[in-house]
Amino acid sequence: MSQLLRLATAGSVDDGKSTLVGRLLYDTKSVLADTLDAVHRASADRGLSTPDLSLLVDGLRSEREQGITIDVAYRYFATPKRSFVLADTPGHVQYTRNTVTGASTAQLGVLLVDARNGVVEQTRRHAAVLALLGVPQLVLAVNKIDLVGYDEPTYRRIAKEFTAHATELGYPESNVVTIPVSALVGDNVVDRSEQTPWYDGPTLLEHLENVPVHADAEDAPFRFPVQYVIRPRTAEFPDYRGYAGQIAAGQISVGDEVLVLPSGIATTVTGIDSPHGPKQQAESGESVTLLLANDVDISRGDLIAAAAAPPRVSDEFDATLCWLGDKPLRAGARVLVKHGARTVQALVTELRSRFDEQTLSSVDEPESLSLNDIGRVVLRSAEPLPIDDYADSRRTGAFLVIDPADGGTLAGGLVGAPLSQLDQPEIAEAEPAAQDLVSPGP
Amino acid sequence: MAETLAVTDNLDALESEAIHIFREVAGEFDRPVILFSGGKDSTLLLHLALKAFWPAPVPFALLHVDTGHNFPEVIEFRDKVVAEHGLRLEVAHVQEWIDDGRLQERPDGTRNPLQTVPLLDSITAHKFDAVFGGGRRDEERARAKERIFSLRNAFGQWEPRRQRPELWNLYNGRHRPGEHVRVFPLSNWTELDVWHYIERENIELPQIYYAHQREVYLRDGMWLAEGPWGGPRDDEKLISKTVRYRTVGDGSCTGAVESTAATIADVIAEVAASRLTERGATRADDRMSEAAMEDRKREGYF
Repeated sequence: MSQLLRLATAGSVDDGKSTLVGRLLYDTKSVLADTLDAVHRASADRGLSTPDLSLLVDGLRSEREQGITIDVAYRYFATPKRSFVLADTPGHVQYTRNTVTGASTAQLGVLLVDARNGVVEQTRRHAAVLALLGVPQLVLAVNKIDLVGYDEPTYRRIAKEFTAHATELGYPESNVVTIPVSALVGDNVVDRSEQTPWYDGPTLLEHLENVPVHADAEDAPFRFPVQYVIRPRTAEFPDYRGYAGQIAAGQISVGDEVLVLPSGIATTVTGIDSPHGPKQQAESGESVTLLLANDVDISRGDLIAAAAAPPRVSDEFDATLCWLGDKPLRAGARVLVKHGARTVQALVTELRSRFDEQTLSSVDEPESLSLNDIGRVVLRSAEPLPIDDYADSRRTGAFLVIDPADGGTLAGGLVGAPLSQLDQPEIAEAEPAAQDLVSPGP
Repeated sequence: MAETLAVTDNLDALESEAIHIFREVAGEFDRPVILFSGGKDSTLLLHLALKAFWPAPVPFALLHVDTGHNFPEVIEFRDKVVAEHGLRLEVAHVQEWIDDGRLQERPDGTRNPLQTVPLLDSITAHKFDAVFGGGRRDEERARAKERIFSLRNAFGQWEPRRQRPELWNLYNGRHRPGEHVRVFPLSNWTELDVWHYIERENIELPQIYYAHQREVYLRDGMWLAEGPWGGPRDDEKLISKTVRYRTVGDGSCTGAVESTAATIADVIAEVAASRLTERGATRADDRMSEAAMEDRKREGYF
């Protein structure tokens, strides 16, 4: 079990997400005196009588002026059990792309709802995004429980509705936890509330400390994108030739048979150099240097994979794109694809469908994909790529779509259709309403 | 025992991430450079770079923007490390920019804000396209939103709205001619992680990070050392104290903290119990306004 938990938070505007994160930092004593002084001063300047904990996390001046969080912010806190890296993602509808960013590396997602409003469109959308990106664990914090008088039936109703939604997205019930909290007062965030005697589950922090987490794809077949070839050519190491990278999936031992892709050359691992010296075995997440038996031609961008279970090598593949660019995507667009350590030219040959996260259905053959849209496409790459389905490997099934003109990141790409539940045709009679909902703009 | 294990796993994950970042930059950029002052964060950066490319030498140069307001022990340490690993060090002396009129000394004598222009001029002159810095997201609120690959325009400016989303561990380092990318391999480290790792790897640091006797004077709640930066004034009294430094920057605005922490283990105990963040305790330049860091970043500061 890993002792580092990466989590992402998401919620609608005004659900009190910044306050919840502020509360986690405050109650785990992760806020230090000078930071707290600054928050006290700023709160007093605004005429508030108690410190506004959201000021601990709302960083950029423009968002403090607007009172909304506009970009992913990373927070760090630790307890004796675990260290936490928290990606605090904005809730405003036009910044959903940040939820995708935060979710891409998260092992657990915390969603927030206002107990007075229950599960809303944004909640459904964010849960779908977390499911799509393969975040294995979900937590729903039913916030502002104090404002509904700590009413159990209200909480139960919201919990039931959310759990049903998450199950529909493919989550086993054991991976979905709901908790009644008040970030403002501190109920059930770190300390157990005396106001919710009817709730016998963990507090948010207790859950974060104890939830089982695993490295990405640790049970999957071995995948190793070569980042850099290490050739010292020094007196001490005249013939050393090592292939440096971070293990993207599975594990490797000295003596294992591997394939180098896309060339398909077979060879054997003769040594593993790690930051702590040579070792016999290494696993997913470790940065190592591999030594191979044959003097084969390998360069940055190649993939070393388990010989028994190699990925498919293809120059045409289905993918799901989370479109993050301001300019819409249309069929025929020329883009760059960065997969592992390789960047290749590619053509978007087809737009197959666009998902409607609200109705969990899809619109076929859309004209375009706009900012915040998620859709199925077909890509053709100039060179064959060794790819896995995202559902099998979050690292080697993921890629970036890059604008060849200005180098901007246009989309996060997932090989295949990791959320098949989303790929259902719309029910005919729901069409007009669904059309209204597809555009989250501006 | 369980606690020790947690720290070790966490440090292994952070180390692997930093090494991955160094190798990505080596693979994708033509002329990367590591900002190296001899301070603890840049010493840690260099330690990780050495590991990332072992047994080959680090394929980058080092750059130090020297304000001239240095602690001699740190410069000595910097030069020793450079010689030990056979590295190439470029130094941009702020004094040269002041001497030829490109920069003016500030009334308060502080040179930290003056580092920006020599840094950008050096990046342009040497055509550096990736610049490694030791910045961490836990240091300050504006840094919490910093990317690991942070795109700077031809004026070195950081524009929040042009920053790219960073998904998975796929970093996008593409930039136009004249633009460069600042790279922060320590983004996800906390101050305590840094010290735990320094302890685990037994990394040597300049002695001023550990408790020592020093003549200091009190200004704006900070203990400053005597130096060419114009202190103490007549109303400020020099006293001998047992102090150490938590950060090392321009001498005019880097304060010492009273401390008896003489070893790495002492420092870890002190940091763990500390009630002040690293920057708040010892960097006058961050105290100027609530948005101080955001403003300086927009100007091209690290």
